[in-house]
Amino acid sequence: MLLKLLTESSGVSGNEKEVRDLIMDEIRGYSDSIKIDRLGNIIAYKKGLNSSQKLMITAHMDEVGLLITDIDSSGLLKFITVGGIDKRILVSKSVHVGKDKVYGVIGAKPIHLQKKKEWINALDMDDLYIDIGATSKEDAEKYVNIGDYASFQSDYIEFGDNLIKAKALDNRVGCSLLIDLIKEIKDISFYAVFTVMEEVGLVGAGPAAYEVNPDMAIVLEGTLCYEMPNMDSHLMPTQIGKGPAISLADRTTVYNPQFRKRIEEIAKSNQIPYQYRKSSMGGNDSGKIHTAKTGSITTCISVPCRYIHSPNSVMSIKDYENTQKLLRAILTEYGKGVL
Amino acid sequence: MNFNSKLLKDLVKTYGPSSNENDIRDFIIKEIENYVDEIKIDALGNLVAHKKGNGKKIMISSHMDQIGLMVIDIDKSGFLRFVNIGGISPYVTLSQKVLFENGTVGVVYSEPVDDMSKLKLENMYIDIGAFSKEEAEKMVNIGDICIYYNGFDENDNIVFTPYLDDRVGCFIAIESIKTIDTPKNDLFFVFSVQEEVGLRGAKTAAYGVNPDVGIALDVTSHGDTPKAKKYAIGLDKGAAIKVKDNSIICHPKVREQLVKIAKENNIPYQMEVLEFGGTDSGAIHLTKEGVPSGVISIPTRYVHSTIEMASKKDITNCKELLVRFLNSNLELF
Repeated sequence: MLLKLLTESSGVSGNEKEVRDLIMDEIRGYSDSIKIDRLGNIIAYKKGLNSSQKLMITAHMDEVGLLITDIDSSGLLKFITVGGIDKRILVSKSVHVGKDKVYGVIGAKPIHLQKKKEWINALDMDDLYIDIGATSKEDAEKYVNIGDYASFQSDYIEFGDNLIKAKALDNRVGCSLLIDLIKEIKDISFYAVFTVMEEVGLVGAGPAAYEVNPDMAIVLEGTLCYEMPNMDSHLMPTQIGKGPAISLADRTTVYNPQFRKRIEEIAKSNQIPYQYRKSSMGGNDSGKIHTAKTGSITTCISVPCRYIHSPNSVMSIKDYENTQKLLRAILTEYGKGVL
Repeated sequence: MNFNSKLLKDLVKTYGPSSNENDIRDFIIKEIENYVDEIKIDALGNLVAHKKGNGKKIMISSHMDQIGLMVIDIDKSGFLRFVNIGGISPYVTLSQKVLFENGTVGVVYSEPVDDMSKLKLENMYIDIGAFSKEEAEKMVNIGDICIYYNGFDENDNIVFTPYLDDRVGCFIAIESIKTIDTPKNDLFFVFSVQEEVGLRGAKTAAYGVNPDVGIALDVTSHGDTPKAKKYAIGLDKGAAIKVKDNSIICHPKVREQLVKIAKENNIPYQMEVLEFGGTDSGAIHLTKEGVPSGVISIPTRYVHSTIEMASKKDITNCKELLVRFLNSNLELF
């Protein structure tokens, strides 16, 4: 399954090659032109019959992860985070380090040796290290270099009522949706762009949008999802199983209201459930896309992902399917020239 | 003093929060269409009005958007929850009336709070007088944005009203468009969108115009009220010529030219060194290979509240300074 391949590949921001190669293999036969730009974005074009307004659909390829900063005398690796990671989720997780995916464990002082007051606070980055089983600095250096990336090691597992757990659902779910579209859609022109370095500040999207210069863009995302009993509904950014989440406003974009309403109309007329992304926190590639050159209108459609930015995020297959349906319906309308 | 209060009143009363500037744009188009050569609207909704001349290409930007509250949730009893669009203070917003595009009026209040210093927007709600979700949904949709609903008042000295930020800049731009008969320079008056959420409109407008010089017109803060934070700007002391804020260090040649013109024409002015905030020039000056830019600021008390206050003399002086600057010989670079 494609999403399994995508989430089990490594692609921490700035090091997207493995994911990019996988995506290139998937879409090569289905694109009319395809290029990798100087920052590493994939820009693919599908030529169709319509030629009115230029549509760009994007998903970022990168994921949050770690970067090795030092190797100590005993062969343990020090690291920093790349992108937004809650340091409290790091301890005791498995990682893959470097190109050769050397297995490692993020270690820390055992509870037995911690003082009571140490229990109260989360372990600081300084207290954590990656153990790759090396016996010395020299031994570790055979496998790992300073500057190597590490990604979470986490298997793709289907469980529960149509749920998936995997790492990097943000945003391999967007990549997967976009690959599906490229393969399925015929006779409708659009640009498909897979961007780099979204998690470290929307770096790839600006140059990609500068090159494509779209009239309108659809950003595909895996977005935050948090729903606890007794929570006020306005504080739940999205809810799992309630369909694709359409963004209202976030830190990088106030989404064009006419475009958003049009997409809601399309969802309604096709009986596709949808929800709003209610939080104004966070941001995505849209921020750079809609302000590139003389500007464009954008919308963001997301699959809700619980426990995002961790080794184990969770999404619903039904949400995926409904997002897919919505995208097909949007493209159909766009093909008719009535988007 | 010949001060067109009616125009300013109409401007501050017209709806146009960030991303939803249709009404205010239509209003401004009607005001200026007979006085400019060409009008364009870009993808984000910026209004670009061209008044042709032979000299330097100057972009004059005043933002037409305003801060507001966006509805994100409607509960079963018909109460609306919201997020801020732009810099909204919970303290300013508590117990204010708000107005939606379709005319629906609501009031903002909060859940009971023990400690007012902990008041947060997420604990506040808008009550539109609906008694169920269904009733509320007839008046308001999720994603709709409302604005502060408060009156315009004036005396001989000042005006006070919500949304001087930045309808007073629009006012000065419109009055200048009407005043300038044969432009010496090639003028692009931009009424920009989405300034309040991060100078977004000015960025794309400047890319489209590609000016030689940029000027923003916007409000600035004040330091002349009881125990105010030290800041050398006060009401009725003249047009403010910006040196810097958090988005730009103004180009020295543009700044010096503004000072020179003010001196030559006996226009009262004050120098503005602002340690926070930003305005459209912040986006304009970084466009393409760079654009020398400056700002004429209107000294304003209580910015982002419902009772922003500015001096009529300052507003007139800002307009006078702008018109003379635009008609000057800008062989600066």
